[in-house]
Amino acid sequence: MTMLDPEVSAKYEIVVGLEIHCQLLTNTKIYAADANRFGEAPNTNISPITLGHPGTLPKLNKKVVDYAIKMGLACGCEISRENSFERKNYFYPDLPKGYQLTQDKAPICVGGGLEVLPKGAAEKVYVPLNRIHFEEDAGKSIHSETEDVTLVDLNRAGTPLIEIVTEPAIHSAAEAGAFLTDVRQIVRYLEICDGNMEEGSMRCDANISVRKYGAPLGKKTEVKNMNSIRNVQRAIDHEVERQIILIEAGEEVISETRTFDANTGTTAAMRTKEELNDYRYFPDPDLSPLFVSEEWIEGIRTEMPPLPADLVQKFTQEYGLPAYDAGVLTETKEMALFFDAVCQQTQNRKAASNWMMGPIKSFLNEQGGDIKNFSLSVDQFVGLIELVDAGKVNFSIASKEIFPRLVADKAATAESIAKAQNLLQDSSEDTIRPIAEAVLAEMPDKVTAFKKGKKGLIGMFIGQVVKKSGGKADPKKAGAILQELLA
Amino acid sequence: MNINEESLKKLAHLARLDFDASASEKMAKDLSGILDWVEQLNEVDTEGVKPLTNMSQEINAYREDVVGNHLEREKGLKNAPDQDGEFFRVPKVLD
Repeated sequence: MTMLDPEVSAKYEIVVGLEIHCQLLTNTKIYAADANRFGEAPNTNISPITLGHPGTLPKLNKKVVDYAIKMGLACGCEISRENSFERKNYFYPDLPKGYQLTQDKAPICVGGGLEVLPKGAAEKVYVPLNRIHFEEDAGKSIHSETEDVTLVDLNRAGTPLIEIVTEPAIHSAAEAGAFLTDVRQIVRYLEICDGNMEEGSMRCDANISVRKYGAPLGKKTEVKNMNSIRNVQRAIDHEVERQIILIEAGEEVISETRTFDANTGTTAAMRTKEELNDYRYFPDPDLSPLFVSEEWIEGIRTEMPPLPADLVQKFTQEYGLPAYDAGVLTETKEMALFFDAVCQQTQNRKAASNWMMGPIKSFLNEQGGDIKNFSLSVDQFVGLIELVDAGKVNFSIASKEIFPRLVADKAATAESIAKAQNLLQDSSEDTIRPIAEAVLAEMPDKVTAFKKGKKGLIGMFIGQVVKKSGGKADPKKAGAILQELLA
Repeated sequence: MNINEESLKKLAHLARLDFDASASEKMAKDLSGILDWVEQLNEVDTEGVKPLTNMSQEINAYREDVVGNHLEREKGLKNAPDQDGEFFRVPKVLD
């Protein structure tokens, strides 16, 4: 592909809207009581309702409504009191009824949006939502390589989904990436979806168009088949470039569905159907109307966990942490809540944050563990911070010698380990002074250099004293004694 | 309301119906007749009446999120024109 001149692309505005499907973590399907489980033997989680047999009637899973409302509240949406269900009609073998039960006219959540910080950007941008509605997933088709058949597994048919639809108001791949990252983080905080794009439990289609600034909206293409946030961004970058090159060459962008190829980073038109899809939506007569009361919404509001944005605010404003720390500490809810619990017991929040982002994070990474089943208790952690703060051990000893032993022993405290291992700093004048004198006596050249003005050598002297003491000398105290001896 | 040849073809395609070309004239006429009959509803003044989307008197007939009975796979596959004991088999479709 020709390289696009940045001066040319600067004339164009990128316009992207995203449609994000999230599979909900309910026990059962949206309209039937079959188990909603991934990875089971084909066609074992089925029922006459899922198979679309004549005479069967769907019945809505209340949890699906709860989860959709949760997401709506998290995104600042208006929750619809009166909901409607529509049939979206099309034929495909993995859709047994010949229609998908979805919401068209009156979706559960309307409007709202998220403030997101694109990577490398100085300021947040607001991504407005059009709606969130719930609907059912289709089954899975496996196209045989050897035979002229398609195999259909209906375990996934009827899996509850919410579809989050943004306004066409995203203006760069980085904005789209930041928005998706935040959506994934929120569904995980709410525990309504595991947000795994690689496995398809969260899927994203992008409607992409470009226009010269001030011009009417251009023709859009719908790009599918991106299985990671990064690939969504790659697809947008590629598609924008392709469309601008077409327009610059005097050609037209065709409104069509395109598929992204992760190997080449390009998009290709999907085989066009003979006729445009016409879904002929109409109200479903089988499901009874759904009214959501104020009490229902309030009940869910009280169950809401703290959200990432709230915790970032708390950590930066109340605890005085840098924005970077707050971002890392709120990556997962478990990490954030553990940290918050620690902060209830110590005022040295920056030390707690350094521990979390340093030794604790690398420990969890090495063990392949999760903070969910982290054996260190809040009390043990606080004891460790206090031991360092009190000057009884230095951070290096605490992280290398005490921390690993503390993690391995629920009954231990930082102090008990420090005592048992003989690690407590000895800051008494009587212990340190002879060591300091010995160090200086060993290095007369350095002492002369120091006295002639190389004051930076003090650090080296302190290091030697700490080393000689087996790590037990308090560097501050050692420094003070050395200064005195060198004066 | 008149159903022309073109709309008839489109409807037939969307409904995956196949019929003889000789039947299309009668089909179009029947469909037009049905639409005319339904169109009589437009004569009723519905000013200020809320749209009716459902005939059911029940509201919020939902269920709790509890796993119920499953259909055995063997039974589920039984009536399919083609199956292999695990999957439904259909003529190859590719999007």
